[in-house]
Amino acid sequence: MTRYLIRRTLQVVPVLFGVSVAVFLMLRLIPGDVVDAILGSEGTASTERLAQLRAMFGLDRPLYEQYLTWVGGVVTGNLGNSIRTSRPILPDILARLPVTFELTALAMLLSLAAAFALVMVSAVLRYTRTDAAVRVLGLLGLSIPNFWLAAMMVLGVSMFARGILPTSGYVPFYTDPLGSLRSLLLPSIALAVANMAILMRMTRSSMLEVLRQEYITSARAKGLIERTIVYQHAFRNALIPVVTVAGVQVGYLLGGAIIIERIFALPGIGTLILNAISNRDYPVVQAGVLFVAASFVLVNLIVDVLYAYFDPRIHYG
Amino acid sequence: MADAQASARAASGTVAAPTVRRVRRGETWRRLARNELTVAGAIILAVVMVVAIFAPYLSPHDPLGMNASQLLQPPSREHLMGTDELGRDVLSRVIWGARISLYVGVISVTMAVVVGVTLGLLAGYHGGLIDDAINRVLDVVFAFPTILLALGILAMLGSSLTNTMIAIGVVYTPVYARLARGTTLAIKQREFVEAAVVSGARSFRIIIRHILPNVMAPLIIQTSLSLSLAILAEASLSFLGLGTQPPDPSWGTMVSTGQALVELSPWPVVFPGLAIVLAVLAFNLIGDGLRDALDPRLRS
Repeated sequence: MTRYLIRRTLQVVPVLFGVSVAVFLMLRLIPGDVVDAILGSEGTASTERLAQLRAMFGLDRPLYEQYLTWVGGVVTGNLGNSIRTSRPILPDILARLPVTFELTALAMLLSLAAAFALVMVSAVLRYTRTDAAVRVLGLLGLSIPNFWLAAMMVLGVSMFARGILPTSGYVPFYTDPLGSLRSLLLPSIALAVANMAILMRMTRSSMLEVLRQEYITSARAKGLIERTIVYQHAFRNALIPVVTVAGVQVGYLLGGAIIIERIFALPGIGTLILNAISNRDYPVVQAGVLFVAASFVLVNLIVDVLYAYFDPRIHYG
Repeated sequence: MADAQASARAASGTVAAPTVRRVRRGETWRRLARNELTVAGAIILAVVMVVAIFAPYLSPHDPLGMNASQLLQPPSREHLMGTDELGRDVLSRVIWGARISLYVGVISVTMAVVVGVTLGLLAGYHGGLIDDAINRVLDVVFAFPTILLALGILAMLGSSLTNTMIAIGVVYTPVYARLARGTTLAIKQREFVEAAVVSGARSFRIIIRHILPNVMAPLIIQTSLSLSLAILAEASLSFLGLGTQPPDPSWGTMVSTGQALVELSPWPVVFPGLAIVLAVLAFNLIGDGLRDALDPRLRS
């Protein structure tokens, strides 16, 4: 297990290196360069001013030197400063992290709970109308854009539940845990629906495969009722492949959180990135994208390790 | 075994191959036609395509024509889906929006298919350093949540329809590369490919004639699912103000602009959203049907 852990952790290093190079090179996609882009909205600037700004961003140095300086800063916790506020970026990201984390975690919990409940019903009543309805629900869940669902939920609350559930703003968890969950209920449902559909489809097909196996046939031969077979014998084994999918889905939720935060005015990392994009605050965009991508890579590492730990069939060698 | 023999005959270029392919194609069509949900998806898609192609003839009003005396009107005979905050006819905008959604979806997925499959075939067939290099790049692209990567690319390139297609194309390329690589690795071990190598066929010919046709089934399934994701991605990016730019009638942009006034008038938000759901659902239904019809593991 230790060897597996070390090997899997080492595999992350080249990916993180690649991610850092990709994020660094992102700024080079800007037509002209970052200084042109920033000053584009401020009219003409003197040659001296342009040169001064290019020197400030280190653009007058060779590319590899610029990368080493930047990545050196990243490794030591210095993600640079915002062009607009001149404040260091890392504290801003860390201040917003709890919002995005809480939203993503809540959405994942909701989608897992709903997916598993629906799959249980679907598996016990498989190939019936109820099963077909659950399958159609899964397809619908995949097809509804989260931003539209959010808008419809806001509309529904304004019509039928005004004042009961907040449709914007965030209450920090450490000041009022219940209020925090209330403020995130609608956003996390909007974020969870598509994820639930994906997890449900995956769990259902995994469950059907397990239900075809011999040990299930022998459980049936022993006279166990279908519900017991599904709940106690099939479900746990059907969950194994779902664990890795859930890990990958964290990436989907982190991406979706960017949109959902905007709709419900939540002060998370997504809002930070979107505001930075509209303000052309490129270092903040760069740092935000790097932070989210690196978090995604690390979450996948944790999921893989947990998967190996819980599934005895995995060979660690 | 029969499969291997048919493939070997196909490789040697005998007349049996087209017959085998035709029989299989007929079988696949029959399976698709028997699946009610797939047929429903195909009908919805046909409607969306007809609406997109004939938008200039079907649209009752100018989708960009503003009317200050008709702001935020509910559905009526004159405006079947009501009007938006600038008095524009929502139905006309939804009809023209179908064109943008399908256009962006098809172009961006085509880009992803062409680049991804080429990379995947090269990596899978040649192996070694080429495979390693392509795989490392794919690992990096996979490390980004898709919408985040598309956002990052658009933030740097600037918002426009073309850049939206590039961004969506880039984020879906790795899926095709992985798919083509995996299938190529499995196919190149088969006897008919080895026979072609021994007979002195060049790599390009082997890839095009013998490997690519065998990659087609998973590719077709993935393309249908990717088209649904691409339409969703375009709508999401436009919703965030980074995709299609106003006044062009993208469904995502329409939801975005209508959202601020949704409590006052829900129509400019409800109908474009339903249009997205229908278009995406159609591709998902077809993708599911294709998977059931083409995936040999499900045939048993």
